[in-house]
Amino acid sequence: MVRVLKLELRGITKRFGTLLANDHIDVVVEPGQIHCLLGENGAGKSTLMNVLYGLYEPSEGDILIDDKPVSFRGPGDAMAAGIGMVHQHFMLVPVFTVAENVALGAEPTKAAGFLNLDETRRRIKEISDQYGFDVDPDALVEDLPVGVQQRVEIIKALVRNAKVLILDEPTAVLTPQETDELLDIMRQLKSGGTSIVFISHKLREVKEVSDTITVIRRGKVVGSAEPSAPTTDLASMMVGRAVNLTLDKAPAKPQEKTFEVRDLTVIAPNGQHVVDGLSFDIARGEILAIAGVQGNGQTELTEAILGLQERVSGSVQLDGKELLGRSVKEVLQAGVGFVPEDRKVDGLVGTFSVAENLVLDLYDKPPFAKGISMSPAKVLENAKARIGEFDVRTPSAAAAAGTLSGGNQQKVVMARELSRPLRLFIASQPTRGVDVGSIEFLHRRIVSERDQGTPVMIISTELDEVMELADRIAVLYKGRLVGVVPAGTSRDTLGLMMAGIPPEEHAHTSQAGPATATTTASTPDAEGDDYV
Amino acid sequence: MSENHPKHAAGEHGRPDHKDPHHPSPAEEETAAVVSVDTAGGAMEPSAVPATAQSGQLPGGPDTLLRRIFTGSGMVSVLAVLLALIIGGLLIASTDKQVATTATYFFARPTDFLSAVWTAATRSYIALFQGSVFNPRGNSVAAQFAPFMETLTIATPLITAGLGVALAFRAGLFNIGAQGQIIVAGILAAWVGFALNLPLGLHLLLVLVAGIIGGALWGGLVGVLKARTGAHEVILTIMFNYIALYFLRYLLNTPAFQRPGESNPISPILDATAVYPQIFGSQYRLHLGFILAIGATVLVWWLLNRSTLGFEFRAVGANPKAAQTAGINVSRSTILVMAIAGGLAGMSGVAQVAGTEKVLTDGVAATYGFDAITVALLGRSTPWGTFAAGLLFGAFRAGAVQMQIQTGTPIDIVLVVQSLIVLFIAAPPLVRAVFGLNPRRKKPARAAKSRQAATTGGAA
Amino acid sequence: MSTTVSSPRPGTPQPAGTDNGTATMSAKPVGWKTPVLLTAFGLIALVFFGLLAPNQTASFGISTSEDFFQLPALAVNAFAGGLVLSILLLGLAGYAVYLKTKGRPAPGWLTITFIVLFVAAFLIWVVGGARTPTISLAGLIAGSVTLAVPLVFGSLSGVLCERVGVVNIAIEGQLLGGAFTAAIVASMTQNPFIGLLAAAVAGAVVSMVLALFSIKYLVNQIIVGVVLNVLVSGVTGFLFSTVMQANKAQFNSPPGLDIIEIPVLSSIPVIGPILFRQSLVGYLMYIAVLVVWVGLFKTRWGLRVRAVGEHPQAADTMGINVNATRFWNVTLGGAVAGIGGSFFTLVAIDSFTKEISGGRGFIALAALIFGRWNPIGAFFAALLFGFADNLQSIVTIIGTPVPSQFMAMLPYLVTVLAVAGLVGRSRGPAASGIPYVKG
Repeated sequence: MVRVLKLELRGITKRFGTLLANDHIDVVVEPGQIHCLLGENGAGKSTLMNVLYGLYEPSEGDILIDDKPVSFRGPGDAMAAGIGMVHQHFMLVPVFTVAENVALGAEPTKAAGFLNLDETRRRIKEISDQYGFDVDPDALVEDLPVGVQQRVEIIKALVRNAKVLILDEPTAVLTPQETDELLDIMRQLKSGGTSIVFISHKLREVKEVSDTITVIRRGKVVGSAEPSAPTTDLASMMVGRAVNLTLDKAPAKPQEKTFEVRDLTVIAPNGQHVVDGLSFDIARGEILAIAGVQGNGQTELTEAILGLQERVSGSVQLDGKELLGRSVKEVLQAGVGFVPEDRKVDGLVGTFSVAENLVLDLYDKPPFAKGISMSPAKVLENAKARIGEFDVRTPSAAAAAGTLSGGNQQKVVMARELSRPLRLFIASQPTRGVDVGSIEFLHRRIVSERDQGTPVMIISTELDEVMELADRIAVLYKGRLVGVVPAGTSRDTLGLMMAGIPPEEHAHTSQAGPATATTTASTPDAEGDDYV
Repeated sequence: MSENHPKHAAGEHGRPDHKDPHHPSPAEEETAAVVSVDTAGGAMEPSAVPATAQSGQLPGGPDTLLRRIFTGSGMVSVLAVLLALIIGGLLIASTDKQVATTATYFFARPTDFLSAVWTAATRSYIALFQGSVFNPRGNSVAAQFAPFMETLTIATPLITAGLGVALAFRAGLFNIGAQGQIIVAGILAAWVGFALNLPLGLHLLLVLVAGIIGGALWGGLVGVLKARTGAHEVILTIMFNYIALYFLRYLLNTPAFQRPGESNPISPILDATAVYPQIFGSQYRLHLGFILAIGATVLVWWLLNRSTLGFEFRAVGANPKAAQTAGINVSRSTILVMAIAGGLAGMSGVAQVAGTEKVLTDGVAATYGFDAITVALLGRSTPWGTFAAGLLFGAFRAGAVQMQIQTGTPIDIVLVVQSLIVLFIAAPPLVRAVFGLNPRRKKPARAAKSRQAATTGGAA
Repeated sequence: MSTTVSSPRPGTPQPAGTDNGTATMSAKPVGWKTPVLLTAFGLIALVFFGLLAPNQTASFGISTSEDFFQLPALAVNAFAGGLVLSILLLGLAGYAVYLKTKGRPAPGWLTITFIVLFVAAFLIWVVGGARTPTISLAGLIAGSVTLAVPLVFGSLSGVLCERVGVVNIAIEGQLLGGAFTAAIVASMTQNPFIGLLAAAVAGAVVSMVLALFSIKYLVNQIIVGVVLNVLVSGVTGFLFSTVMQANKAQFNSPPGLDIIEIPVLSSIPVIGPILFRQSLVGYLMYIAVLVVWVGLFKTRWGLRVRAVGEHPQAADTMGINVNATRFWNVTLGGAVAGIGGSFFTLVAIDSFTKEISGGRGFIALAALIFGRWNPIGAFFAALLFGFADNLQSIVTIIGTPVPSQFMAMLPYLVTVLAVAGLVGRSRGPAASGIPYVKG
């Protein structure tokens, strides 16, 4: 009954103009396997899968199913051939119900095209029961938590009888516990005869669940590996050189505490307390890292400090002066440097030149402006200095910032924020989507800012970045502080804290329940930090 | 076989960069690239301003001069105008009697038909030219240049209102409301002009100020509503146009505005102290407003490219979230931009009541407010581009009158040509396709192919 | 080190909320806007329609002579009626305030009831202050429906386009194109039905240009819409001056579409003339509203259309051709608006003149927004605007103190209030206005 399917990609090449995203990639996914594509952000994994799913047409190469070449003109063809895909950014219509989303594209109808979703509801219940998904077919997708939305995506594929399921970075938005549940689901699917292509850059998960690993770097297959291969080997294959994953950083010399947050609460437009009674402080010469799964109030916390949130209460004091209730401009003038989490949206004006972006929050200050008159010469002069200092790779200072690579864009933002004397430096996801070379550079700059005696606050969802940079670690969960722990705290403890379990309760929770999975997984991997 | 393919070393082209999920397919690469820069990867609506025009500095790319000429916006603009004129000409010819007659024996003598088409179209355009630039049949040099002066006169309100629309575009706002702003400015300016008795100089100054304030209030109100409630400015400005128009119609029926002893809705003539002096004497209608329009163009250029305010406007227009994060007050910018845009449109209202018409009627704005949108679009929302576009459309308007008298071609043809120009300019790939030049897309492909041919020994 | 430890909730861990870093701008809480606006309007009603109302009896005729049974005219003392209604209005506003303090938004029925009562109070005030304080309510409503016909078609066109993700500012052009083509084709063929069909084709052609430029060439949709209005105005104006005026008999004397009365039913007071005494275009309007509503919310087509308008990428990954869906929907929208345009030349007036649509495309756009992108909502919004339009001509006849220009202004003022928050959080389709670049 279960038709098992062998999938082969042969010599797949994909060009975008002059950009070579995939270069003659060969991958064979054996039936009933979990095949992992391992690679850095931007290595070309997602492009490859979009080719496989019919979203892109390959420039060269063939897709073979059970050794017969096929060609997909669109996702419809791919789905008909038994391929399903769960995208990194969910492809769900927020204002539709689960059933409507699942039915979309292959809607059961009565006469004259009228929808008949009863069959869809039944199938959702069936699959939901089989895998223990607990999904209500009539719930609105926008009301569902991220983890459940992901299950809806999986249901979408299963309803269409997918024999090969592509999961693109599925764990990026999940807590460690949700991740473990997902890995369980993957194993279940495999035993039910579904092959899985698992795309990830997180070594721990990859090692735990895969049958075969293909490593991709810069659009090429650089090799394959067994899941039992040592973590460091996988990491260096992925990155392309032996990786020194630890940062040389002197121990912190904390001085007086100049930044204090007390009872900070942020209320979202829907009335939810997205930041709920936070209190913490940061000393000069110290890095406090805020850890947590994405969407637990980090964005709102930084926005509240910066003056971008409307409904805020509590107190945020810098050098004894209150920041809450002041405009963004005033906060920046008080000496706050801010690197936002999404540089494309919040940090840069993509169509502005690099030079203009380098003065985006300084344009009205001397020497760039006298009164309301600006001096282009000074702006250019500044740009040349910053480009040199931060080694920004750009054709010229007049090039549009949007055309630079992610790492260079981040350097522009960082260069701008560090170019003035700071009393507090906040960097949110400072290295998201940034290449390895730039990561090292950016991390060194952050540490050197600390060493100059600036209090530094890093917000990161990457546990490794947190562990590498932090002098102290505060963990956020559902807008609240689960605890503040010293730098050397173990990955297990942090993982549990990210799931909302404070350190003092770990003793008994780790005895039972799903938390044990984390404990077994990670301890020996300290050297594999950056990618776990 | 794969070894035969030229290897593009990844390093040579830089790392494939994938943080942006929107990847253009090669066929749409060019437009898509511009759009994705324009919209932060589709997160925002595309703006009216081409991405290259949003930065203050000139985009200095590695383009060769030659390629810029043939593929750049300048060439596209010229070709767009040409294409629009051709289509307009065909429309004129299609309703021409001679053309219809010759068409009946088209297969017998096609040359008759073609020459009739050519005559019909060119006759109208020659009349258009003579009515807008230079009339060789004028009996003095002054009369020969009269059409050009008329062009400048009509261009005046187009330029200032166009600047208002362009400025708002640059700040990411669709100001469809120049029409209403002109009307409100006209109301205030006219009232100051005919109701108050003030000394020479001061009176005119007050007329100008009243008009600018009127336009600024009407525009600024939209800005306030947008900033406070998030209402879309397109809807607001469209509605405000009609509100202003009906308010004007109401006023023109009240004793305060209606000319005594007149049953038509028309105001008294403005005092002599309240009208713009004519630049070249009374033989031309051209008035001081045109000089002020030049001044406004310089001012807007400075504002956008050399002032902190303009930097804010452009930043808000290109990426409001980043602007806000950088400490720019987006609400303040929105209100300010709409007020300044309204003030500029207000200058058009003043030019109408204190310059060209000297009275207030419900036709004070004519269609200048809507034409201003096309003017700004044709000018790519840059100040001097808008100025040039204002002159061009001013010439169309002025010439169309002459054209109608000489050849009977209705003025409406100007609307057709005008809107076609803007449509074509907005879609450069279409224009290039029509004229058979799409070098930007073909060049790399051809280059790649020839390289491939070299390595594969022509086997491809 | 200070640590605020929350009460932990072990078990199913769920991230709070989703990542709203890229959420839309200006997501300010709207909270107090609706209650405050309602209260303000309640007070206006109390002062003007209640306390300052003339002590005269306003009389509203309900039956017309054609009805098969007669109802007595409704007579209301303007002062008393205004007072009662405005107190009811303030009561509703008070309830909205109360709900707000409980943290709940005002429900939809509250706003709608408020609008209906406010209009009634206004009507009593206007008629009560007139020189001849008598109007035919039946005639007023029937006239409103007639005037609303092109508005309804126009706003349905807007619904069809915006639901699929394309902003349609070109409704005006589609109406005008439809009106022109209906006139010229009906004149040449001497057949109004062919004219009607041609109007649909003309509207569709205008829409195709919109679709081509905004979907294929990724030109900003608002720009294309604005420019198309000018283009259609120019082309129809040009052809009117050259072709139609040269030979009016041949090109501009279309036979009209007659009013079709359905026997018996059309004699029901008030409802009869509205539902059963209409032209073919009028009946088509009711059918179109129902078909579009059912189609959008009950059929496969509608599900796909809405998916494309809300999240085109999701639709694409489910094998739906986003740009083709958009293209054909926009085209369909144009055809619908074109039929609406034929109303001008085949029903209302018997010939085409320049700018015959007179800005009604923009009122239709307003109706679409006021009706919250819903066909039924747009229908009632269009009726309201048709009502205002009709009232404007009636008050001129019965001689009220309100200048007719202010009545004419009403739809636009109402729309400004609507988009500024009276209708609450009106949210259009998420992807409307954003071109879809595949991949």
